[in-house]
Amino acid sequence: MLEVQSLCAGYGPVRALDGVSFAAAEGQVTAVLGANGAGKTTLLRTVSRLHQARSGSVRFAGHDLSRLPAERLPALGLSHVPEGRGVITELTVEENLRLGGLGRGSRPTAADLDRVYDLFPPLAERRDAAATTLSGGERQMLVVGRALMAKPTMLLLDEPSLGLAPRVVAQIFDLLRTLVREQGLSVLLVEQNARSALSVADRGVVLNLGRVVADEPAEVLAGDTTLRHAYLGF
Amino acid sequence: MQQFLNTALSGLTLGMVYAAFALALVLIFRATRVVNFAQAPMAIVTTFIALTIIDDGHSYWLAFVAALASGLVLGAVIERVVIRPVEGKSEINAVILTLGLFIVLHGVAAVVFGNRFRSFPAPFGIRGFEVGDTTIALTGFGVFQIVSVLVVMALLVLLFRFTDLGLRMRAAAYSPEVSRLLGVRVGRMLTLGWALASLVGSLAGLLIAGGSLVHPSYMDSVVVFGFVAAVLGGLDSPVGAVVGGLVLGLSLSFVSGYVGSQLVALAALLILVLVLTLRPGGLFGTAQERRV
Repeated sequence: MLEVQSLCAGYGPVRALDGVSFAAAEGQVTAVLGANGAGKTTLLRTVSRLHQARSGSVRFAGHDLSRLPAERLPALGLSHVPEGRGVITELTVEENLRLGGLGRGSRPTAADLDRVYDLFPPLAERRDAAATTLSGGERQMLVVGRALMAKPTMLLLDEPSLGLAPRVVAQIFDLLRTLVREQGLSVLLVEQNARSALSVADRGVVLNLGRVVADEPAEVLAGDTTLRHAYLGF
Repeated sequence: MQQFLNTALSGLTLGMVYAAFALALVLIFRATRVVNFAQAPMAIVTTFIALTIIDDGHSYWLAFVAALASGLVLGAVIERVVIRPVEGKSEINAVILTLGLFIVLHGVAAVVFGNRFRSFPAPFGIRGFEVGDTTIALTGFGVFQIVSVLVVMALLVLLFRFTDLGLRMRAAAYSPEVSRLLGVRVGRMLTLGWALASLVGSLAGLLIAGGSLVHPSYMDSVVVFGFVAAVLGGLDSPVGAVVGGLVLGLSLSFVSGYVGSQLVALAALLILVLVLTLRPGGLFGTAQERRV
């Protein structure tokens, strides 16, 4: 579904990604793990075209993404969910959601909104509130819900657990699992919290200093004590 | 009593014109955090385009529409050609560019349209209405000024609050990167923002020009008051711009009528200092303090 080939990217003299290759399969949760500075966020930003790759290629559902502008990706079914700070705080909850729906190229309907409100009841109660009044957990629900409004086939999730209580993280990961199981959604999950991520993922890709050091089924990674201690911190 | 009423009425019409200028500044500031110092000469260029059409014997309304349309195009072209190359860099780059544009457009307007005073017609009467046997300081053109600014303001509110395009424009202004991830063509929204602002600016130019003499620099002082009005309103709030314009127009009218017209500029400065001391974010501003 998503194929990353020999991807290199960086900032000035810094090589943040140094020949990264992996594939994220359809209908699965692929977790990209690694410590701070491993290149996880750069990888996500390069895949979704916010950051220009130096070389290598990214293909999604048959499309070569290397020449497309970031704003075209939602229409192809690829939605990048920024971390919870990515809510547009000046807009209301519902305006954030409507904006997400517009990314698909057509006007979101009331049914589209209701579907997201069913998944995240707290958002329904706050639909007309300014997004700035939401808690951290509600903001994370909002960015995920907003991405779902575009009816994506694949979600790119950036650190959904960042700064959230473990219970909220568990809720969000449960929901992801449900969406994958029931709607065939594919997920590329970038996480520093490796333990939680591996509990929900089918496959794990471990990055260290911009290189892939492991690419295994999640249960294999979780069982590899040496690797876990060296790169994943648990 | 009559003097009070007349002072208030002329303050109201003047305030509406300040409000239109403030609105033009606010539209650009909230989209790009840039204060467009070239607003005055941009409006001068479009006003002179209208005057050229009128002098050629065409109707005022044709000239009116042409000025607004050329304002729209001028704003879009300036954003694409001048501002776009420095977008995403420090805002000071764009601000300096608008200062440069101020000088260039001023010069170009003087060369093309002539550096002299020319009279600009008004589409409605410019003599005060008569109520009973007294003439009040509200003219047909004054009513037109007030109504057209209110109409433009209402249209902008409708656009931003209730349309998908308006939602995209607001999102692009507040959070460009997140908006791109949601499929918003941010560059196009910024161009549109400049175009709309320039259209509102050209309307303000026409409104201030009607029934008076115009000159390539006739608008500079009005824009200074428009700027004060925008800052009073908080610089990023369209409603604030209009309220700021009215507050300023009324206050200055009363200063001029009751204290002395030579004190108007000083009074504007005083009001600005007073408001910014009591409410540094402006009357309606949502801006937070930040390090610059």
